[in-house]
Amino acid sequence: MMNNELKHLAARVARKTVSRRDFLGRAGALGVSAVAANSLLADAVKAAGPNKGGHLVQGMGGGESTNTLDPASTASQVPFGNLRHFGETLVGVSENGELTPRLAENIEASDDAKVWTFKIRKDVEFHNGKTMDANDVMRTMERHSNEESKSGALGIMKGIESMKVDGDNFAITLNSPNADLPYLLADYHLVIQPDGGFENPGNGVGTGPYIVEVDEPGVRHVFKKNPNYWGGDVVNYDSSEILVINDATARTAALQSGQVHLINKVEPKVAKLIDRAPGVSIKNVAGRGHYVFIMHCDTAPFDNNELRMALKYAINREEMVDKILRGYGTIGNDLPINAAYPLFDETIPQRKHNIEKAKEHYAKSGHDGSPIVLRVADGAFPGAVDAGALFQESARAAGIPLEIKREPNDGYWSEVWNKQPFCASYWGGRPVQDQMYSTAYLSTADWNDTRFKNPEFDALLNKAKAELDEGKRKAIYSQMANILRDNGGLICPMFNDFVDAVSDKVAGYVLDPNAELSNGFAPVRTWFA
Amino acid sequence: MHPILKLLVQRIALSLLLLLAASAMIFIGTQILPGDVAQSILGQSATPESLANLRAELGLNEPPLTRYFDWLFGALQGDLGTALTNGRDIAESLGARLKNTLFLAFWAALISVPLAIFLGLLAVRYQNRWPDKFISAVTLTSISIPEFLIGYVLMYFISVKLGWFTSVSTIYDSMSLGEKLSAIALPVTVLTLVVLAHMMRMTRAAILNVMQSAYIETAELKGLSMFNIIRKHAFPNAIAPIVNVVMLNLAYLVVGVVVVEVVFVYPGMGQYLVDHVAKRDVPVVQACGLIFAAVYIGLNMIADIVSILANPRLRHPK
Repeated sequence: MMNNELKHLAARVARKTVSRRDFLGRAGALGVSAVAANSLLADAVKAAGPNKGGHLVQGMGGGESTNTLDPASTASQVPFGNLRHFGETLVGVSENGELTPRLAENIEASDDAKVWTFKIRKDVEFHNGKTMDANDVMRTMERHSNEESKSGALGIMKGIESMKVDGDNFAITLNSPNADLPYLLADYHLVIQPDGGFENPGNGVGTGPYIVEVDEPGVRHVFKKNPNYWGGDVVNYDSSEILVINDATARTAALQSGQVHLINKVEPKVAKLIDRAPGVSIKNVAGRGHYVFIMHCDTAPFDNNELRMALKYAINREEMVDKILRGYGTIGNDLPINAAYPLFDETIPQRKHNIEKAKEHYAKSGHDGSPIVLRVADGAFPGAVDAGALFQESARAAGIPLEIKREPNDGYWSEVWNKQPFCASYWGGRPVQDQMYSTAYLSTADWNDTRFKNPEFDALLNKAKAELDEGKRKAIYSQMANILRDNGGLICPMFNDFVDAVSDKVAGYVLDPNAELSNGFAPVRTWFA
Repeated sequence: MHPILKLLVQRIALSLLLLLAASAMIFIGTQILPGDVAQSILGQSATPESLANLRAELGLNEPPLTRYFDWLFGALQGDLGTALTNGRDIAESLGARLKNTLFLAFWAALISVPLAIFLGLLAVRYQNRWPDKFISAVTLTSISIPEFLIGYVLMYFISVKLGWFTSVSTIYDSMSLGEKLSAIALPVTVLTLVVLAHMMRMTRAAILNVMQSAYIETAELKGLSMFNIIRKHAFPNAIAPIVNVVMLNLAYLVVGVVVVEVVFVYPGMGQYLVDHVAKRDVPVVQACGLIFAAVYIGLNMIADIVSILANPRLRHPK
């Protein structure tokens, strides 16, 4: 009875015939908690359908005056957000990890998973008026994979033997089978551009739901709704803007004073405070990004698996999630993979902080007791220096002498990471297990930053690539995970959440583990309440 | 040639020479930065192939001396090259940022310089009495607090709590002057608080120094009022040191405000420079360095010239 009255009222709020304040007052009078009342309201607003119009402003960290609209050189958050406005990929990955058709209507694989055919959508127009066809798709893939390519997607575009266009169909033939190819083509760099963007890669012409209007790198990017979007009238705002605000405090202030509607990269230490502030709420989702300490398996003393195991048992994962991520994250299991990945085996036992076992393995390793140098910098991941100190303390309890060496942020990725035998690092994760393992754990991978070389592991990885049966693949991945967990050079204490903050004026925000700000689609998925 | 003219020509020639030396220093400095442009642009996701491709494209394989002279002659003709990172024309992007920086510096100077000098005169007038102590206490406190903290405090009270001015000071061409001024209200306030004390204290000290002179005593004996003595007799003779410190602070307003720019999201040159340093975008760093050096040298040159002109012994040689 009480519930019915509230539901009725909520529907009226959604239609704006009753004010939000009156609704919450009435809910309070009926003894319904504010949280329950708000969620009821959110449901009602969703049911009423999105409102149209308005100018959305996202205040984002991770933009520089060096940025460009060229999809190939996209590496930070703001350029990624720009791509999501004006560009589109062949396929997408939904918030549930399923493939969704975008510019490709249909995907077919040969039985051996070596030949993939994409049927390209018709009647799609680029912002410059040109109609998109399979040729543009092929030229785009060429630009990201040819020998002169500087694309961030070059790594995943390897292994293509040939590409061809046949009418509306675009086909890729691979050197070796890969059951995950469509996931790879969902990579955000691979935005389809007219003639592949060879002529003018940074002109911002794509097929996306927004058209570039203002492009001032490091300052702001403004987009207006694309009236000819093939997907129809899906965008709810008239225009959308990304305002670059790299300072975390300034970002929060801009949200609280109502100058922006959404912000990314909320610092865990202030997230709870912001969530309590009026008019805004925190949206956090467990992603695939993980904070790690990496050891080179081929360099003394880390070439000794007993020592690696000692260090893995000596780290206190719960404490790190608690103190470094302030609870906005989940504990790791010395694997780069977590439950956010499809085909993850959740029965793999969780490794726990265990001083006795750490001591045991350390004694077996026969290490001479000289300090083990761990290099850290806050540029590796936020809080890496503190995490190093925590690690040092918990290792000391097991009698393992860790020495923390603080490195400058500047040049960390070129001078320390992938060069020094033991350091802090960060991985953003990949959409599928195969890609994560192929990128960093295959013996021959460019970024094998743990120097992990295990023929059995490599063989299993190749076997999984060719296996189209999901049950069998899951079993293979589970086997690989166990090998890596017990032999690898990766100490993975935690997976960090994406933490965004959203104004109450914005409705329809969808939590998406693929990336922050609803995988960059907030300007498409949300509307003004 | 009139001795003043000779002095002036000497000053200007020296400044140009200094600028040339600065350009060489800037070039050498950017060459010895650790790290590699290609690696910094591509970041963690760089593969050896894409690194090699980018290096070749950026012309990083040419000898340094050739690159220095190419750059210097280009800069003299107003051609600063294109940014390595995003391929934009540097003169164009830098021009827009420089305009913003000068806009902010202009309004901050317009408020802070007269205010500082006025407060300095006031402090001398009421020397060692409560107005003097009060002015010193307030300005010295504001200069002692880090500018980002003043920024955050103002932001919290004036922007978040009261909603009078925006905390995001981004300005762009389509805004009216009024909108722009409202947007930069908070950064101008912070900058004023930061530069006030230095100029105020210097004005006070310089005038007090002059006040010990015999001719001030004469003026006092003539029966002039205290404020008139300061205005007519003390201030003109104290002008050289005051101009010096004013110019130093003006230079600071142009080249040293990166923290304020970051806190208030102001699209000035500081943030532009820092972004490009982080990405090892050498041509942009060099161009910014050159402009900053020119601003510093230029303003100091003006201070010198003003001191020369303000010196009666030089104006009226025997």
